Amino acid sequence: MIDRIRQVVRDHARLPIDVNELEDNADLYQAGMTSHASVGLMLALENAFDVEFPDSMLTRAVFQSISSIAEALSKLEVPAA
Amino acid sequence: MNRLTDRDEDFLTGIRRIAYEIAGPNADAVDHDARFPIEAVDALRGGGALSAFVPVELGGRGVSFEAIAAACFELGRRCGASAMVFAMHQIEVASIVRHADDAPWFQEYLRDLVREQRLIASVTSEIGTGGDMSRSIAALTPGDDGTVRFEKQAPTVSYGAHADDFLATLRRSPDAEPGDQVIVLAARDQVTLEQVGTWDPLGMRGTCSPGYTIRAEFLPEQVLPTPFTAVATESMVPISHILWSHLWLGIATDAFERARTFVRAQAKQRPEQPPPTAQRLSHLMSELSLLRAEVNSALADFEVASEGSRDRLSTMATVLRFNNLKIAASEQAPRVCQGAMGICGIVGFKNDTPFSVGRHLRDTMSASLMVANERIHMTNASLLLVAKDV
Repeated sequence: MIDRIRQVVRDHARLPIDVNELEDNADLYQAGMTSHASVGLMLALENAFDVEFPDSMLTRAVFQSISSIAEALSKLEVPAA
Repeated sequence: MNRLTDRDEDFLTGIRRIAYEIAGPNADAVDHDARFPIEAVDALRGGGALSAFVPVELGGRGVSFEAIAAACFELGRRCGASAMVFAMHQIEVASIVRHADDAPWFQEYLRDLVREQRLIASVTSEIGTGGDMSRSIAALTPGDDGTVRFEKQAPTVSYGAHADDFLATLRRSPDAEPGDQVIVLAARDQVTLEQVGTWDPLGMRGTCSPGYTIRAEFLPEQVLPTPFTAVATESMVPISHILWSHLWLGIATDAFERARTFVRAQAKQRPEQPPPTAQRLSHLMSELSLLRAEVNSALADFEVASEGSRDRLSTMATVLRFNNLKIAASEQAPRVCQGAMGICGIVGFKNDTPFSVGRHLRDTMSASLMVANERIHMTNASLLLVAKDV
């Protein structure tokens, strides 16, 4: 799952750096993700994993890092594999 | 909605007195000369109102947020510029109170604020960001002897020449991304201000808000521990929208009152037949009611969202809710003022009659520009793509 998240982050978070330079728990906002880009990332993740994030999950903290996104997706019962 | 406490009521009694006896009588001169409402601000200082929101533990008055909002409304009824200066200052105070956590420097600062009634100006906008406050160009930079410093080009700093302290947003460091922001508080004697351009605007003239190049050098402890994004979402943005909309409601309410007084005077001249303006006044009252309902319900919603942890304030539904308040109130307030002018006619249009509403109209026309409504619509449009319960 982490690899797929990384790919979506690479394509949609519009980071000024290569996502592979980031640890799983690195702060995406500090890495340069704007709040505007984060909305695009949310939409792309919903698409890629065929889920809908409930509003309670649409917070800055959830999209802060690759690992926090993975945690949120697993709560939505996306298989880890 | 919570009931106001006795402490709140005492505070508001003092505010109403200042509004009626000091801010109101000076409002036309402040507007005409585009000068700072120094009499009203000195009276607010004298009554300890600048630190009213500081908790009692730190020596403040500990009044509720609702009372602060009500104070903006009361001042707005008498002088829009005085109300805006008060509101802007309270936005900065509330942001510090809510996000200083236990940082000793900021705790001590709040005690100083109580003792010295210091006025805080905001340096959040920046030339080159296109009005987007969630990005900064200026950066916090290491200075000499363990200090930090910055230089920022601000297109407007409200009452910059009259402030004791400056709350500025900056990038965290010279190599930080534009959205990685901190808030710093620099005192007047740590700052040099170089005014850029003049101040001769259509309305809110007494806020004295020209542009400045601001340079400051200060201690690292003067950086607020909470990142700006959290402060903005949980406090600064919703609180700005609530306090501003309260004072816009105050201005619109006074414009309505002037129209009502005008219609009553007309009716007294020919008691046998209600004047045609009476019906227009009824239309105007329903426009004012819409504005009042939106402003009051937003305050109640904020109280609910703030209960317990502040997590609810960062949900998209909540962000949208307070963005909508700003858009709705900033468009409705000048509409009410224009309606009042339509009723009063030429005596409303003239600047020197008891029914003058030109200042009201001009002051409220600033509402849709301070944080441009189109920028807020842009944010909302993007949030609406993913938010579910709105």
